[in-house]
Formats: sequence, C-alpha cells, structure tokens
Amino acid sequence: MTKRPPPSGGFFPRNFQIHPPAYAPDYKSSIVRSPKLALVSIGNGLSEITGPVFGHEDLGPTDNDLILNYSAKDKSPIGERIIVYGKLMDESGKGIEGALIEIWQANSAGRYRHIKDKYIGPLDPNFGGCGRTITGEDGHYEFRTIKPGPYPWPNGINDWRPSHIHFSLFGPGFSQRLITQMYFEGDPLIKICPIVNTIPDKEAIDLLIARLDMANTIPMDTLAYEFNLVLRGRRSTMFENRPEGN
Amino acid sequence: MALSPKIYQELPSQTAGPYVHIGCTPQMAGLKTIYGGGHLGSKMVNEKTLGIRISISGKIFDGTGTPIKDGIIELWQADAQGLFNSPDETRGEPDQNFQGWGRQPTDILTGEFHFDTIKPGRIPYLSTNRLQAPFISIWVAARGINLGLHTRMYFPEEVEANAEDPVLNRLEHQNRVHTLIAEPLEDGVYQFDIVLQGENETVFFDI
Repeated sequence: MTKRPPPSGGFFPRNFQIHPPAYAPDYKSSIVRSPKLALVSIGNGLSEITGPVFGHEDLGPTDNDLILNYSAKDKSPIGERIIVYGKLMDESGKGIEGALIEIWQANSAGRYRHIKDKYIGPLDPNFGGCGRTITGEDGHYEFRTIKPGPYPWPNGINDWRPSHIHFSLFGPGFSQRLITQMYFEGDPLIKICPIVNTIPDKEAIDLLIARLDMANTIPMDTLAYEFNLVLRGRRSTMFENRPEGN
Repeated sequence: MALSPKIYQELPSQTAGPYVHIGCTPQMAGLKTIYGGGHLGSKMVNEKTLGIRISISGKIFDGTGTPIKDGIIELWQADAQGLFNSPDETRGEPDQNFQGWGRQPTDILTGEFHFDTIKPGRIPYLSTNRLQAPFISIWVAARGINLGLHTRMYFPEEVEANAEDPVLNRLEHQNRVHTLIAEPLEDGVYQFDIVLQGENETVFFDI
C-alpha cells in the first residue's frame, strides 16, 4: 500500500451560538458539571477526522424497532405508535452512510426503564426504551417506537420535560460526536423547558423539532415524524498543504 | 473531494440527561437482556490484537469533588503502529483486530469507569510529519454536561515525547498539563481521573 501523507481538511468549526453554554444555571445540573476554564482549541488532525466504523453485523434485526425489541411475543407497548425517520447528513448536505445512531426515551407514561427512575408513571412490561440503527444509503434512518410521555423532573418546583427522544450520533470523524434530543411539533412544554432553553439561539431550537408527516404515516396503524440530523461538515481543499518547515 | 459550502447547521447539542446508560450501556441501567446482553465498545481488544495491553480506570468528578455516576466515557485511539481503523486512514493498513473505540459507563454505584485496551502508537501532528506523544482521545457525556467534552490521556512514562508534544506544548497554562497525564499504578495499569470543574480542572478541547 502506498504511503500517502495524512489527509488534510478539518471539520467546520462549531457554531457556539447554537450550542448550550456549559454553564446554564436555569438547568441546575450544569452548575457543578460545567468547566469554568476555556476550551483549548486545537486543529483537526488524524485523531479528530477519523472515527469508529460500525457494521450492520454489530446490530440485531429488531434493534431499531422499540415496539418489538423488548415486548413479549404477541404483545405491544401501550401508547401512540410512531415512526421517526430522516436523513443523517453533514453541514454541506451530504448524506452520511453507515453511521451509528442510538436512541433512548421514556415510555408513554413518561417513565424510564432505569433503576434510578422512581416516577409514579408506571413501567410498561413491553417497552424497554432504547434502539439503534446504522444509516443506509444517503444517510437514511428510521425507528419505530411509542411516543414518549412528558414527565416532571427535579429542577425548579414544577418543571416538566416535553416529550422527547435522546439521540446519540456518530459521523466519520470523532470530532462530530454529538448527543442531542428530538422534540415533537406542537408540544406546549418545549417553550418552557429549562433544558431546551439552554440553547442560546431560539431559532436553532426549531432544528430539534420533528414534523408530523402525514405522507409517510401508515393509515390505521402508525404516525410518522420526520427528523433530519445534521453533523459538522468538513473542509477538503487542495490548497491546504502541510505547513512549511515541518 | 471538493470544497462544499455550509448550507445546513449542525444540530444544537442537548444534555445526555440522567439516563444515558439506557441508550449507550443499557445493562448498567438495568436492561440486562437487550442487545444480546452487551453494549457496543465494551471490549476493545481480542487475543489477536497487536500491542501492549494496558488498563485505565478512573472517575469523573464534579465541581464539589463528587464522582458522577450517570455518565458515559468513550475512547478513540490509534493501534499499536499509530494507525486508525478508519476509511480516512491513508498511511497504511491498521490492525483489523482493533477497532480503536471503546465505551464504558461510570458505575452507577461507585462512579468508576474501566477500560482494557492497548497502548497506541505515535501519530503525526495535523498534516505534518512531526510526531505527537502517544495519547488516547476521550469524550465524556452526562447529565449536566450540555455539550460532550473532549479531552486526551497521555502516558506518564513518555517523559521525552510528552515534553516535545506539540499539543501539550501549546497549552498556555503549563501548570495544567498534568491534568492530561495518567497516574501509573503498576506496569500497564493507569488511573485517569477527569475533573469537570474547580481545582485541577481537566483541560478540555474544542476540536
């Protein structure tokens, strides 16, 4: 194999106007978990532009179907049946194929299947609450699940999370690694959620709201929501040569 | 590849919340059987993997000195020859028995994380031929962390390489370099604690 020089071309710098700051005191958990010192900016080298590769063989056949992946035979979880689908792409609109997407969520009563969650909303014996998939050609992905319920959480005296699904995303580069949350169009709790409101640019919140899609809804069966996922884009120019003198 | 304009915006980050274990390391959340009873990234090496076996343990501390018990930590590293198992690796053939990626929960009772991996080879700095000291890239997510945090772990025995490392050298506050260097416990066994805030706050990177 011919040895070529390491590839050049890092990812587009992050736009910190759309990301929550580390310290966002209305979300109390961030107060002692936020670094106080500035992030040290280093360029993108090999360890930043490369990232892990996952294969379909890593996953099981029902991993992206939360209606099936924890339910007993011939049983279904309780709640609104939904499909969440979309395209994983970079900031240039290029689809990202073969990427791992993982999700987790509460059940339709707003209860998580987690040993620490003691909310009064009941567990559903047929719902686990996690799923994962590998994106297909052009970055397409889809999950089938139950719409999660809202739930109260200890922050302010009366804070409630809007219905949401957590998303963990990989791109080809480790510097694209991102965890975020998906919300549902029309939910009145979005506007008053302290976690949503950690996002400084209020227009950017819209990027996290899935749209009801009647075209892809399965009649008499399952509603569909479209949610497109965007990770950092990447430069790649022939003019980006190795610095002189090295 | 050609230059492409930025026409979309990266999604805003949101905290991983208190239940990230459900999605990323479900056994730690109590979902014992899902995904065949394991999680991705739990095993980094097999018997054929090349390189010196090492183990890394540690905790992630908040600003009050309390270990966080609801987080995840991920490693990304080169193989023993300094090659990445990635399509963007153009310098040679990486070890096919080493993915280079690992993920572990911080334990729900103790806050401790543990990895068994290999010591990575040295890699060049940016697109130069200058070598960096061996290091492992680390990414941390948890409740209260609004955007996943990137840091690095360097090796205490690499005194010379660390002293000439281009990233360690560019830190303005040289009295913080030690936060990126693991503690040796015994041969091949390291402790690497991460401090989110306060005294000895770990250096985090914008990459």
